[in-house]
This record gives sequence, C-alpha cells and structure tokens, in this order.
Amino acid sequence: MHPAPSLILFTVLSGMGFGLLVWLGLGLRAPTGLAAFILFGLGYGLAGAGLIAAAFHLGHPERALKAFSQWRSSWLSREAVLSAATLAVMAPHAAASVFMDMPLPLLGWLGAALALATIFATAMIYAQIRAVPRWHHWSTPPVFVLAALAGGAVLAAQQTLALWLMLALGLAMIVHWVLGDQRFALARSDTGTATGLGRLGRVRLLEPPHSGRNYLLREMVHVVGRKHARKLRVIALVLGVVLPVIVLLLPAGYVIVLIALLAHIAGMLAQRWLFFAEAEHVVGLYYGKR
Amino acid sequence: MTTLPPPSTRKLGLVIDLDTCVGCHACVISCKGWNTENYGAPLSDMDAYGAQPEGTFLNRVHSFEVTRDAAPPMVVHFPKSCLHCDDAPCVTVCPTGASYKRVEDGIVLVNETDCIGCGLCAWACPYGAREMDGAEKVMKKCTLCVDRIYNENLPERDREPACVRTCPAGARHFGDLGDPQSAVSQLVFERGGFDLMPEQGTRPVNKYLPPRGRDTLQMPDLASLCETPATSQTADTQASGFLGWLDRALEKL
Repeated sequence: MHPAPSLILFTVLSGMGFGLLVWLGLGLRAPTGLAAFILFGLGYGLAGAGLIAAAFHLGHPERALKAFSQWRSSWLSREAVLSAATLAVMAPHAAASVFMDMPLPLLGWLGAALALATIFATAMIYAQIRAVPRWHHWSTPPVFVLAALAGGAVLAAQQTLALWLMLALGLAMIVHWVLGDQRFALARSDTGTATGLGRLGRVRLLEPPHSGRNYLLREMVHVVGRKHARKLRVIALVLGVVLPVIVLLLPAGYVIVLIALLAHIAGMLAQRWLFFAEAEHVVGLYYGKR
Repeated sequence: MTTLPPPSTRKLGLVIDLDTCVGCHACVISCKGWNTENYGAPLSDMDAYGAQPEGTFLNRVHSFEVTRDAAPPMVVHFPKSCLHCDDAPCVTVCPTGASYKRVEDGIVLVNETDCIGCGLCAWACPYGAREMDGAEKVMKKCTLCVDRIYNENLPERDREPACVRTCPAGARHFGDLGDPQSAVSQLVFERGGFDLMPEQGTRPVNKYLPPRGRDTLQMPDLASLCETPATSQTADTQASGFLGWLDRALEKL
C-alpha cells in the first residue's frame, strides 16, 4: 500500500494525542492551572491536528461531515464519531482543570474510555480490510493502541508507565511483523484463484491491461521502501522502543523525557511507513506484482 | 445506508466467457464512452497527450498465460469489472453512505454527491474494481449501466450494459443470476462457471466461464525449448525526489 505522508503523520501524532488524553482523563496525572493548559493543549493539539490533516487527505473535505453518519457499519465513521465525542466530553474536564483547578473525574473517565475507543477504531480501519492480509489480523490493533498509550505516557511524563508500555509495544511490533510475514500465504490468494485459472495450470500475467500507471497501482501496489524492510524494522525498534526505554531508565527530568519523545516519534514514523509499505494488497495479483 | 441489505432475489450481473474473449478491448472503450457521456462524473484522462498518460476505467482487460503440464500453454484474455458481490466489503467500509447495494437488483453503486473521496472502498475491494477519478476526486465503479438497462428511451435490444452490447465475440452475457432458470444461470451451470477469489468471502454475483479444452496435438514440451527470461525487478522501483533520496540513504546504511 502507498505510504501517504498525511496518513503516517495522522496516525502517529493523533494517536499520541489521544493516548495523552487517556492518561489525563484517567487522572493518572491530574495537572491544574498552567500545567493543565499545556498538557491538555498538547493532547487537543495533536489529536485535532491529526484529524484536520486526515480531512485534507480526502478528495472532498467539504463533505467530511457526512462521515459521521454510517457508524453502524463503518470503522472510519466510528472513528470520526468517537474522536469528536472524546474531544467534546473531555472539554469540561480540561476547562475545569485549567481555570478552576478542579478536575471532573467522571467526565475524565468517560473521555478516557472514548479516547481509547478512538485509537482502537483507527486500528480497525486497517485491520478490517481482508484484501490486505498483513493488516487483517488480531496483531494490528495492539500495535496502534500500545503506540498511542506509550507515546501519551511519555508526553504526560509518566516515566515508569511509559517504560512498561514501551516494552509491550516492542513486543507487539515484533509479533505483528513476524506473524504478518506469513499472512499473505495464509490468505491462500494467488494468481490462480484471482483468475480462477489455477485449476488449469500455473498462471502468470502476459500483458497488463494498460501500458501506463493507474490509481490502483499507485495506491495499492507500492514497492519502494519495502526492499529496506529489515533495516527499517531495526530503526523502528531501536528508535521507537529500545532508545526511549534506556533513556527512561535514567533519573527523571524533562530533558530525558524530551529525548525519549523525539526518538520514539522518529521510530514510530518508521514503523508506520513500514506498516503501509510492507502491506500487500491482493489486487497486485492481477498485475503480476505484490 | 452502508449496512448490506438482505440478499435480493434478483441479482443482476455479468457472465464472462474466458473461452470466447479475444482480448479486443472493445468493452473497455464502449464502457468508457457510455459512462463518460451519461450518469455521474465523466471518466477523466490525466496527462492524456503527455509522457505518462493515465485514466479512469471501470472495466479493464488483462491477459494471462496458463502453463499446463503435458499440454501447450494457453493465453486467456481476462476482462475485469465490478462483480457486484453479495457480501460487498466496499459497501460496509464507506463512512458516508455514498456506497450502497440496491435492494431491488443487487447492483452496487456510488452516490457521487455523498462521496468524500477517502478511497477506503477501493482498498477494501480485492478485485481492484473501484478507481478514484483523477479530476473529480470521487470513486468511480461499474454501474452495470443502470442508466441503460431500465432506460425506456432506448430500443429494447440496447437495454443491456454497454460492454455486453458491444462485445463482437459474444463473450459477455447479462442477466439475473438470482433466477436459476435464467439464460445466464443455465450457462453458468452448463459450463461450470466460477467465482474469482472465493477465499476472500465476497460472494461475487458475476461469474466467469473457463476456457474449453483444446485439441491435443503430439507436440514437444514448448516450455522446455526456451529459457525463461530473467525477470527485471528493479525497472519500476526507482523513485525520485524525497522518496528517491530516502531510498538511496537507506541503501547506504
């Protein structure tokens, strides 16, 4: 799949924003006054910026409000509804923390649950797509949820919590990669089943339907970046998990948190790039590519 | 509403005969012609006279080679368009309700005024049946020529999809696959029609008919006479700009 920069930035940054809102809502860190202003501002800023970036990714952003209507069947619609609900429910809690030094725990907990559901809905947008076997697997949501919660914990400067979540994230990433490598074969789709001619013999593409490129090839048959998969996996794991864990083991401090945060973001961008670049869509079978 | 309706009794669709198709692409052109001039946004071409032309099509013809044991290889022309699946994954993922499956005849359509151009339905389709139009930024797909098949302004013989009407080989058949007595259902039954990628669980309505057996001749194994050409992997993987830089930087690591 094509790793669109807007989608990579959106899923990483807005995931971290919602992750931070989970911790702020749960009251694990209950800041007031200026600290609350900065932390809630960060959470809202990241979550909101991601949503706006995602809206501009659309062909017709002016119709984006229609996306709130199909929550019964569509994970994308559910994500839109849940994210808006999170930001709305969390707002009184945030305002009370900032201006009245008085967090509202009940709304906070509800907001935290909605934020967590939003992150899960983002993951399910990808995990529901059966035509991309690597994504269509239980190991996809843990990566998204743990990445958001770990990033959020770093932003909230919860070093111990962040440490454990980072380790869990590293494990989830490895599981997603290792099991993901077998997913295409397990889906049992090949050129033979795609054309139905497999019963006659071995099938290969002789002539593509067109000499140029098209939407399908650009969007779903992306091969650059995949050839560096192993290096990028190491980069994602080292920057996204190992380095932040080592740094977080050092004595507490804002510089420590900042270094861990920057390394983690860089690592997660690499991880998300791979998430798209390595994902093979079965439509490639009709083009003799994967 | 993007939840799927209960399976309709009427299932309009196509039956494509891979034995008869000669790969002339006439269906591709007539489809583009009709659907550019009629319902919905026109099917645009981008950079039509430039170095890298591309365009939106609802129907494309691939050609495959089947290498068989103890028989000469076979070339099969393979037209592909929307299969109007019973369990259409493209419909349920749509966040706006623009994609829907009609209750009365099972045709899968896009309401273009509701489409936000997110592209998720095209990702969800295993067959590559949906293409985002490069100019209008809305999702385009085969409508089964819904504006022809019920169109009383057309002579009756023209009330079938443009691809079926134009096929000079008679390789495309249109009808009700929900009715076991219909001509298309009988054809599927007699010729052993099959689904594409049944393992994807989409339950397509459109069916394909396999190539008939060929005459058997006393021939040497043709494949053994020629060496397999080395497949070039790198030709189209070169990127330019930022991606190219990233590519080269990673190469050096």
